[in-house]
Amino acid sequence: MASYIAKRLFSSSRVRLDTLALVEGINNGVNPASLSTITAATEIGEPVTAIVLGSNGQEVAEAVAKTEGVSKVLVAKDSKYDHYLAEEVSPLLKQIIQDGKFTHFFTAGSSVGKSILPRLGAILDVQPVSEITKVVNSNTFVRPIYAGNALATVQSKDSIILASVRASAFPPAEVGSATAPIEPVTQTVESGNRTEFVSEQLVKSERPELGSATRVVAGGRGLKNKETFESLVDPLATKLNAAIGASRAAVDSGFCDNSLQVGQTGKIVAPDLYIAVGISGAIQHLAGMKDSKVIVAINKDADAPIFNVADIGLVGDLNEVIPELTSKL
Amino acid sequence: MSSKLRILVPVKRVIDFAIKPRINKTGTGVETKGVKFSINPFCDIALEESLRLREKNADLVENIHAVSIGPTKAQDILRIALAKGADDSTLIETGDVEVEPLQVAKMIKKVVDENQSNLVILGKQAIDDDSNQTGQMLAGLLNWPQATNASNVEVKGDEVYVTREVDGGEDILKAKLPMVITTDLRLNEPRYASLQNIMKAKKKPLKKLKVSDLGFDVENKLEVLKIEEPSTRKAGVKLYHVIDFSDFLFFFFV
Repeated sequence: MASYIAKRLFSSSRVRLDTLALVEGINNGVNPASLSTITAATEIGEPVTAIVLGSNGQEVAEAVAKTEGVSKVLVAKDSKYDHYLAEEVSPLLKQIIQDGKFTHFFTAGSSVGKSILPRLGAILDVQPVSEITKVVNSNTFVRPIYAGNALATVQSKDSIILASVRASAFPPAEVGSATAPIEPVTQTVESGNRTEFVSEQLVKSERPELGSATRVVAGGRGLKNKETFESLVDPLATKLNAAIGASRAAVDSGFCDNSLQVGQTGKIVAPDLYIAVGISGAIQHLAGMKDSKVIVAINKDADAPIFNVADIGLVGDLNEVIPELTSKL
Repeated sequence: MSSKLRILVPVKRVIDFAIKPRINKTGTGVETKGVKFSINPFCDIALEESLRLREKNADLVENIHAVSIGPTKAQDILRIALAKGADDSTLIETGDVEVEPLQVAKMIKKVVDENQSNLVILGKQAIDDDSNQTGQMLAGLLNWPQATNASNVEVKGDEVYVTREVDGGEDILKAKLPMVITTDLRLNEPRYASLQNIMKAKKKPLKKLKVSDLGFDVENKLEVLKIEEPSTRKAGVKLYHVIDFSDFLFFFFV
């Protein structure tokens, strides 16, 4: 009974100074990037409320409720939020932030987060902070600029702090035995949305997801064509149980899907092991992978810039070296 | 609303993408003296897309207006935009102050109102501040539909279909005009301006405004406390034999 009362007090009568974190679902589980977002949110030092959206919200909420650091989960279980259209989601978040007097709102720097956060900022008249890599204190953050060639420490003067989180810079929050209460969102908001979702084409893969993989094998222009890309990169990645990535040149030449691009404008990754195969190492590519723990480069050009960041470099012809390497592992 | 397009293309002047920026001695920004500046690559793609919409669909596009917000020198990139095919342009001079996306979005909104634009195409991000915010903010301020990271744009009547690059692949959104689109790399390959067109562009309209003309007071909400170099990696080793290399990988990772 006492705990029941405490929970009631906690959820309704206290004036909150909480952080609200948008959590994205993925196959009824939690997107790993959202788990990193929760870690960043806990660093503010205030209770973290997670918000989950969409028709399968209940399943995702139950998964989020078990995450360490989450004190409450809000669920807006409505099919109109299924595709995270910023036009629908932003007005709802605005309402919840204002009603709940939240001081902070965090989201992953995913394609969903990047679409929603600035729109929310505009309607709240707040300047958000993109892709934070460090929480210095409750209003001061570090974020990379110029393709990661500089780090800016910025302090927000806004009364509500909005930020997206670079997932590779924060470990994912542990999913354990926590049991945060789950509450439905009571607000309904007339968004005036005029955007419709038509269709989607997602790349199916058995491999680990690129953004959260601990090992990545990435191919570049040096692979010459799609066939070589598949015959060299795929087996090596399979042997290492790694995700596959690519440079812009490889994607533009049609060697693999766009969603595998690593770099300033693609995915930002920081795996334990990053193997760059036939990638020269342009600034824009380095921006997406230079925080990897160990970088391995395989290239026939001993002067390629990738060797400046590689811990281990192998100079040699890909067509000979990769099959040999794959067979030895 | 008439389905004729009045396209607005905001373009930003940034340090050229091929240049590695250096942090200044005071740790307050990056060195800009003697550095090559260019049109932000994503803005170039946005401009190209608006030109192609006009070329592909006769009579669809009534006007393409380019706008830039920045120092006086930003007029150079507006001239390039005009040379490539924009009809007219506006420069909002802000001096040397770096203006935040929210302020930029508010200024662009004024230009939207003045030009009665019904389609705004922007780059998905500027390669200097890497914010990826302005387009979405503008859409929020206008309460217009937004489609970010576009890799394909098709106009059918008064509906626009946009294919977007998203984390797991791609999706397609549709919306009725007016709307805001931000461009991804894969949308198109921008053209070069010919010398002849660069000469002609000198006669095209370039309207200059001061921030104060818009009734604005640029007040940034994020204070930059410092700018620093990221930690550098220690030099690695280069090997020339697979056997040494595979031993290493095997030892650590298999």
